[in-house]
Amino acid sequence: MSIASKAAPIRFEGVSKKFGKDVVAVDNIDLAVDAGKLVTLLGPSGCGKTTTLRMIAGLEMATSGRITIGDVDVTKLPATDRDVSMVFQSYALFPHMSVLENVMYGLTFSGFGKGEARSRALQGLDLVGLKGFDGRLPAELSGGQQQRVAVARALVLEPQVLLFDEPLSNLDAKLRRQVREDIRAIQQELGLTVVYVTHDQEEALAVSDEIVVMRNAAIAQTGTPRELFDAPNDRFVADFIGEANLIECQIVELDGGTAMIEIEGYRHQLPARGLSPGPATLAVRPSRIVLDGDTGVQATVAKATYVGVRMEYTLEGGFGQVFAVQDDVENPLEVGTNLYMSFASRGPVLLPGEA
Amino acid sequence: MTPAKATRTPPVLIFWIIAGWVGFVLFPWYGVEDGLFSFEWLVDGYPFEEDYSPAAFLIGQGEKLWLAPLLIPLLLPLLALGREKSDPAYFRILTVAGALGFGWLIIQGFSIGIRGFNFEWMKAAFGELGDRQFGMGYGAMICASAFLFLLTQGIAARGAVNGDVFVVGAIGGVVTIVTAFVFFPIANMLFSAFVTDEGAYSISAFVGKFFDDRLWGIGCFFGTRCGAALNSLVLAIAVGFITTVLGLAFALVVTRSGFRWKRILRALTVLPIITPPFVIGLALILLFGLSGSVTVFFADLLGTQPTRWLYGMPGVLIAQTLAFTPIAFLVLIGVVEGVSPSMEEAAQTLRANRWQTFRTVSLPLMRPGLANAFLLGFIESMADFGNPLVLGGNFDVLSTEIFFAIVGAQYDQGRAAVLAMVLLFFTLSAFFAQRAWLGKKSYTTVSGKGDAGVHPLIPKGLAIPAMIVALSWAIFTATVYGMIVYGSVVELWGVNNSLTFKHYVTAFSIRIEEEGIRWTGAAWDSFWTTITIAAIAAPLTGAVGLVTAYLLTRQSFAGKSAFEFGTMLSFAIPGTVIGVSYILAFNVPPIEITGTGIILVVSFIFRNMPVGVRAGIASMSQLDKSLDESSLTLGANSWQTFRRVILPLLRPAILAALVYSFVRAMTAISAVIFLVSAEYDMATSYIIGRVENNDYGLAIAYSTTLIFVMLSAVALMQVIVGRTQIGRRMTQSRTNV
Ligand SMILES: Nc1ncnc2c1ncn2[C@@H]1O[C@H](COP(=O)(O)OP(=O)(O)O)[C@@H](O)[C@H]1O
Ligand SMILES: [Mg+2]
Repeated sequence: MSIASKAAPIRFEGVSKKFGKDVVAVDNIDLAVDAGKLVTLLGPSGCGKTTTLRMIAGLEMATSGRITIGDVDVTKLPATDRDVSMVFQSYALFPHMSVLENVMYGLTFSGFGKGEARSRALQGLDLVGLKGFDGRLPAELSGGQQQRVAVARALVLEPQVLLFDEPLSNLDAKLRRQVREDIRAIQQELGLTVVYVTHDQEEALAVSDEIVVMRNAAIAQTGTPRELFDAPNDRFVADFIGEANLIECQIVELDGGTAMIEIEGYRHQLPARGLSPGPATLAVRPSRIVLDGDTGVQATVAKATYVGVRMEYTLEGGFGQVFAVQDDVENPLEVGTNLYMSFASRGPVLLPGEA
Repeated sequence: MTPAKATRTPPVLIFWIIAGWVGFVLFPWYGVEDGLFSFEWLVDGYPFEEDYSPAAFLIGQGEKLWLAPLLIPLLLPLLALGREKSDPAYFRILTVAGALGFGWLIIQGFSIGIRGFNFEWMKAAFGELGDRQFGMGYGAMICASAFLFLLTQGIAARGAVNGDVFVVGAIGGVVTIVTAFVFFPIANMLFSAFVTDEGAYSISAFVGKFFDDRLWGIGCFFGTRCGAALNSLVLAIAVGFITTVLGLAFALVVTRSGFRWKRILRALTVLPIITPPFVIGLALILLFGLSGSVTVFFADLLGTQPTRWLYGMPGVLIAQTLAFTPIAFLVLIGVVEGVSPSMEEAAQTLRANRWQTFRTVSLPLMRPGLANAFLLGFIESMADFGNPLVLGGNFDVLSTEIFFAIVGAQYDQGRAAVLAMVLLFFTLSAFFAQRAWLGKKSYTTVSGKGDAGVHPLIPKGLAIPAMIVALSWAIFTATVYGMIVYGSVVELWGVNNSLTFKHYVTAFSIRIEEEGIRWTGAAWDSFWTTITIAAIAAPLTGAVGLVTAYLLTRQSFAGKSAFEFGTMLSFAIPGTVIGVSYILAFNVPPIEITGTGIILVVSFIFRNMPVGVRAGIASMSQLDKSLDESSLTLGANSWQTFRRVILPLLRPAILAALVYSFVRAMTAISAVIFLVSAEYDMATSYIIGRVENNDYGLAIAYSTTLIFVMLSAVALMQVIVGRTQIGRRMTQSRTNV
């Protein structure tokens, strides 16, 4: 016997959540999470990620709409009766129970005998690398260990869906990378359906099969990390994923799928993505800005920072301010240098102009 | 810091050196008979009249020569002037001077009393003294403080607590007064329990008194009486248990049941806090006593004889339950709300239903609160004096037995001391049992960033009984208070039920004459005394409590855990024990304050100090420590930080603590009853006196007045402070991003 997965898909159909009369935390969203996939909810603070997650768990009831897990309509089902486990941001370990008792907790309510519950719990601890810690109290563990107990406690129930609410926010920077890799590894090994909430785009890009970007209680865009990175729908997503610079430009010519844009007289070619001539926005990630060309937009180096592996520059010009990074740390540019700024051939994307 | 600043003598040092000399040369050394607030001595032969002489003049006239050695520690610190703080001589001089002075004061104070030497062996060694001394007065107290703070400055200069003069001084001050007014009287009482009738020390005297049949007898199982100790124990356990269960039911109804009238429930729970506990007992008599309304109604209905069932254990139990449930509620509501919602939510996502969640997670996490509530109910019941006196009948309990041992015809201090020891033994055992039960398990949520969540409602099967219990309690309480107000305007309960204001007139009449208002009512004397003493005690209690809380939350120093334990321990000492130990300890020098108003003030300070400390700790731990640290790095010292940063931020907490200790001082009875005197009678003891004379009308009218006075005090505070402490859940914002 080993920990298996009963992974099931999740479906939201027109789900809304209101608190009181006027706080709309989640506004009419449709969402599909496939079985065995890790999907992140990504967005700035207050956009409704936690509320969405809690609606999956059954800790919050949808005001309207329909939620299904597997084939079952769970819209009105309380948390106890859903086959969903959650890892809380604060871990929510029971301080009065030992590590083993914590992990056994859910098993005893799932119809397992004492012995069976115990051996499954021990196995769960083994899986998260906490063999031998079963007798300790949560207070006697480090933050990272507590986090893993919380994961084990949720895992051993073999839930249809496993939820994480900002699981890394209470860990120090060094541990974060490792823990997120562990979570991803376990998820893939067991084939779990996981919904993962974060506000850190790097974290989302690193762990997800699919990312749901949320804004103001609604979904801004859904896609694989690559899709979001290469083809953001709008300025918000471009800005949030990859911290792109947004530069106003004009589409002056269309040639099939290719557009010719102009910024202060400098012209650049790139895919048109269905836009028509007129004002548009160019989204360029800092690493896709070229500073050593002979042509381009005139710019001045306003700030130069050495951060070890690369140089970071702030450039100023008629277009406003732009943030650029360069791998060349041997020959840094001095503040005040005038130069031509151009763009890499792949990477920059066209977005609709400012509304 | 500039070098010039470093070499200058600190002003604090100069201040205390001068204070020492002022105390020695200017102020009357011994207690002035007319009390601390009388200044008649200034024109009555001062400074040469022996009773009013400062120490220097006494020695100059060849009197009380044992005070002369104090000149050495008074002169010594002058050598420290002009020295650098870092100079080893600086701390040595101050430490030696302070320790010598303070030590000598204590030694001579305990050795020489009103009959010369206090100890036989001293008489043997030095011969009869032929002289005597009285309790400490202004001069002695100022001198003692000066030596104490010279000593702490020396210790600070040595490097203790990073050389922080204010903190070391505060620790020294708190330790000294707690020792003097809590541990010394208790230890003194412990010793007197070992004294035989002939005045010798003996273990068997103690054992004999301790295991007295009047204490432990189990006669009530065979038709006679049970011992007082046994009665008290059974009663206290029952009260502790019932009040905890009721308090929990209340807290759950108010926070977890979606019940609509929680406001009213909450308001009702304030009532018993502003009511002297025995007033409940009085109301019960009006309802269920021999001529009580309910008794008479049922006797008429069923045609039976009214019985005296109320008098004894049932009555006391009911009265104490009504009186102390709100205390349990107040303890538990914080705990019930403090259980992190995500714990309960986690349990639910782990497939536990509401019952299972409540049983396996919520309830265990409330364990510290339950233990605390039980302990409080237990101690309050043990210490309660009024209800057993009013309702006890043949049901003897320790607190009343102690009272009769001291006040009654028996006048047996030794017995009172033993009884008090038994009482203390019980409460301390409960205190330690509680700590053992809680063990070292943690009940506080380990968390960094929190999930905000909502507490789930409790299961219906629990909510309904809890609501029924709470509502019955509420209705009963409302009835009881209705009876009190009604009873105060009835001519003579059960005999002549016509309405009258006569009792109020007797108690509170005034006459306006040419010279001004004359307070002719019988109650005015004790009323004003009570208000005055409560008003003096409240700020002092607040100050001691806050400083202690500051030390406990903000500073770390050697012996802090012992310090903390000591202050916690004083919380387990019943008022009755404080009362007895005070009259035993403080009617002889060196601290001779029995029969004065001071002893009342002091007893209130140390009775209510734990409350102040707790309030202070609760609010101070919410202020981030980085606030102090930033102030310290901005160049303020710790005293300036305390005054400029912490105190202003704590203003609401301070005000609440002030009102609370004021109210507690007005309603207290258990310690007060031992300490009042003809000159300083307090409202509660006056009322008890009326009750003993069967003058119920006046007693109830007076009680009603007290309740309204305190209601206005609490209401006033609510208006000023706003609803800060009630709105905890509102301020708990959703912090996760
Ligand atoms: N219990 C609640 N009561 C009132 N408002 C709430 C509650 N829970 C969430 N909200 C509001 O709903 C919005 C979304 O919150 P949340 O889902 O926690 O955002 P996120 O997790 O993305 O930061 C916020 O504006 C928040 O203030
Ligand atoms: Mg959130």
